[in-house]
Amino acid sequence: MTVIAEILVSFFLVVGGIFGLVGSLGLLKLRTTMQRLHSPTKATTLGVGGVLIASMLYFLLVGGMLSFHELLITLFLFLTAPITAHFIAKTYMVMNLKPTDLPETGRGPGWAIYDDAPESETDDRT
Amino acid sequence: MIAIALWFAFACFGLGLLMTAWRMVVGPDAADRILALDTMVINVIALFMVYGILRGTTIYYEAAMLVAMVGFVSTVAYCRFVLRGDIIE
Repeated sequence: MTVIAEILVSFFLVVGGIFGLVGSLGLLKLRTTMQRLHSPTKATTLGVGGVLIASMLYFLLVGGMLSFHELLITLFLFLTAPITAHFIAKTYMVMNLKPTDLPETGRGPGWAIYDDAPESETDDRT
Repeated sequence: MIAIALWFAFACFGLGLLMTAWRMVVGPDAADRILALDTMVINVIALFMVYGILRGTTIYYEAAMLVAMVGFVSTVAYCRFVLRGDIIE
């Protein structure tokens, strides 16, 4: 194993570890729930991405085989992190905010968490 | 050099796991607890991958993939339960 490969794998491991630690520290230190939503969904996901890149490089440069499992996990995490953040924000809004606290939506139906879905204007189903 | 980096990553994600556990215990809101559980799952995935590099085996990918899927589904189910009082309507 060459020195450059070792340096690359170590670099991605250290960067991933620091990002993961910063994300969890933000979850602990920030003040309100909506602020706390920021750090884990971005920094920790990036940290896991760094570790997965390190793992991929390690098995490519040491074992000599290219595996796509890490890419699958990375893709899955990057797809699901915004969805979970959106759901958690909606949960917080339902539990802590009144409908009068929110600004107007500017169109007929109101916020989706309080109002039902609007009736479709062109109903093609017969 | 890789061994030192591996143990550094172990320490970082282990500390992160402790912090998320603390936030889950004291979290004043249900949203905080759900968020802490989700972050805990992500930290566990990272620990699995680092352990796989340490042991030099690829068997831990599958475990990490399963943990990721179960974590996502459980987070969404918990949020649905708080939002609507029901998981599958």
